[in-house]
Amino acid sequence: MSATDPVLAVEHLTMRFGGLVAIDDLSFSAARGEITAIIGPNGAGKTTVFNCTTGFYKPSSGRIVLSLGGPPAPQELDALTASGRRSRATAAGSIFLLERMPDYEVAARAKVARTFQNIRLFPGMTVLENLIVAQHNPLMRASGWTVLGLVGAHRYLAAEREAVERAQYWLEQTALTDRADDAAGDLPYGAQRRLEIARAMCTQPQLLCLDEPAAGLNPRETAGLTELLQSIRRSHALSILLIEHDMSVVMEISDHVVVLDYGQKIADGPPDSVRNDPKVIAAYLGVEDREVGEVEAEIAR
Amino acid sequence: MAAAERPPVARPLAAAIRDAAGTGLLALGLSVPILALRLDQNINNEPYLRPRWDYVAIAVGLAFAARLAYLLIWPRLPSRTATTKRQPAGPAAASTRLAQALAVGGLILLVLYPLLALALTGRAGAIKWIDNFGIQIMIYVMLGWGLNIVVGLAGLLDLGYAAFYAVGAYSTALLVHNFGFGFWICLPLAGIFAALWGIMLGFPVLRLRGDYLAIVTLAFGEIIRLVLINWVPVTNGYAGISGIPRPTFFGLPFNDSEQGFAAFFGLEFTPLHRTIFLFYVILALALLTNWVTLRLRRLPVGRAWEALREDEIACRSLGINTTNTKLTAFALGAGFGGFAGSFFAARQGFISPESFTFMESAVVVAIVVLGGMGSQLGVAIAAVAMIGGTEILRELDWLKQVFGRDFEPTQYRMLLFGLAMVVVMIWKPRGLISTRQPSIFLRERRAIHAGLVKEGRG
Repeated sequence: MSATDPVLAVEHLTMRFGGLVAIDDLSFSAARGEITAIIGPNGAGKTTVFNCTTGFYKPSSGRIVLSLGGPPAPQELDALTASGRRSRATAAGSIFLLERMPDYEVAARAKVARTFQNIRLFPGMTVLENLIVAQHNPLMRASGWTVLGLVGAHRYLAAEREAVERAQYWLEQTALTDRADDAAGDLPYGAQRRLEIARAMCTQPQLLCLDEPAAGLNPRETAGLTELLQSIRRSHALSILLIEHDMSVVMEISDHVVVLDYGQKIADGPPDSVRNDPKVIAAYLGVEDREVGEVEAEIAR
Repeated sequence: MAAAERPPVARPLAAAIRDAAGTGLLALGLSVPILALRLDQNINNEPYLRPRWDYVAIAVGLAFAARLAYLLIWPRLPSRTATTKRQPAGPAAASTRLAQALAVGGLILLVLYPLLALALTGRAGAIKWIDNFGIQIMIYVMLGWGLNIVVGLAGLLDLGYAAFYAVGAYSTALLVHNFGFGFWICLPLAGIFAALWGIMLGFPVLRLRGDYLAIVTLAFGEIIRLVLINWVPVTNGYAGISGIPRPTFFGLPFNDSEQGFAAFFGLEFTPLHRTIFLFYVILALALLTNWVTLRLRRLPVGRAWEALREDEIACRSLGINTTNTKLTAFALGAGFGGFAGSFFAARQGFISPESFTFMESAVVVAIVVLGGMGSQLGVAIAAVAMIGGTEILRELDWLKQVFGRDFEPTQYRMLLFGLAMVVVMIWKPRGLISTRQPSIFLRERRAIHAGLVKEGRG
């Protein structure tokens, strides 16, 4: 099944590491403005999908289309694919072929932001600095590639004030205002997770990719995270792609769930239907295919 | 409470400078009648007044510096209680204040240094003190600050920094000989050439990380030196290039001719004028390096350097082009190395590949690491300790009285020096000033503990 207006369409994605096939002919799409969750047992290839989407890995084959503004016309997409270029403007906005783009361009031009499974902050910089670094590209333009900034041009100072204001907004959203001037490495674990999301949001993304945002959080922090993600979706026009092991989070906030196992898609649909899919249950409990019926019966009881 | 709302650092500094200026004025009032004029006799036993304005300047400068240091290190009690109410004044705040006092005091001392040396050691001794200590140390301060951009901020370990120093020096020498340019035209060109070499080296090399980057930059430093030795038709090989003209003072050369600096200002000719002038030139160059670096730290490019040192992958996920960012750090560091090289060539008047060995790179890296990576003040202190320390050891003739007539202190110079470095590394493993000052703050600037700051993996 595919969404009518996908912000991200992954088509026949395959990723091999030597002889190991981490992702095998995977196709799915994430609808614009919705939260799409990718779940699956450990080693299923979820993070590899993320790394391919965000340009950190070059996929062995397949196409990853990101469309901004609205769905592209099929001929526009075909023309771009044939041209060998990375992106083009469309009638609705623009489209990007992410598998052709280096990681920093995916973030800078295609407006895809991500967080990491093992948190990657700038620990020796303050919380505020982390959020200012995230706004590097607009600030770099405002500083005239450093020349205007060096002479203290008004334009740059105004842009920096604006960047601080945006940072303050996200500090408030993530309840980190009191820690703004502390080193990021000094924050407790849960706060570091929130800061990483705030930092990703400061890049003003169209697609936010969260890699296990609830990992290591206690139940209260997890509830706070769920609330944060929902408020982000409510008040900002963006789509979220989410890898998560915590099923309570997945079932509560996602509109659409894709289930991977051994690099292949085994289920794809709304949370309720995925929850009851025998193949998913089998994958999580690790049973043979022929025993699926028995497991189903057990659950029914 | 309104007072406490103000930025806690900037206000006391401005107030302290005003206060210290008042003290300086007072010192001026006192020292003019006491010090300025001395009644002396000339050869014909006629009394005359000998002006000693340099003494007055020193007294005023010392009073100003001492008062300022006092105010900044021991802040007045009311302001301290005002801050403790809101926030216990941690060791970080105290060290910030101390660092600021050191920086301001050091700057004043540097500006007054040639006059001090002149007053304390007389004309004959002053050349040695200004040249061997002052200028020599300032060159290394500048090199340290230049390399600090690459190693301290961007976290790229560059063991071949002397190569860019050499490019700057040889650019100057070759431009002078082949095109007849003066020093002031060569200086910016040398910086630009060195920066271009930095970019040329950077493109292939910056895909390497950590130890691999260090090895390749080390090799690059050696390649440059070997080319300088073996490309005899251009570089004159081991024999080096001599006859590089000295810097002029707005077109006035420092010689005893009619058009010279001394004649123009109606002064008696002495080589001291040039030495003092060279000191102020390198001081200005070093301060420019420092100013640019401090400014860049507060700009997106500088923050990107530090972010790169902290976590390169996170940088890329935020849309920062890490290759370009590394290249700017490399090029800028190389450019400042080129400026220093150009100055070195003009000061020596003669250069040869001997001056740009791996030892030079190692000393500059040691200065940066000893000072505390990323800390401008720490690097300056380390340069004074390292270069000044080795020079001082040359002077230790009195040790002969302790260890006997055959004892040659210069032979133990490097041994003592190595011992001192080991001690410092045990006592302060992350360098003299290891805390990091944030480049921007919302409410309060708090220094960041060294344990959190990454050293960079290239």
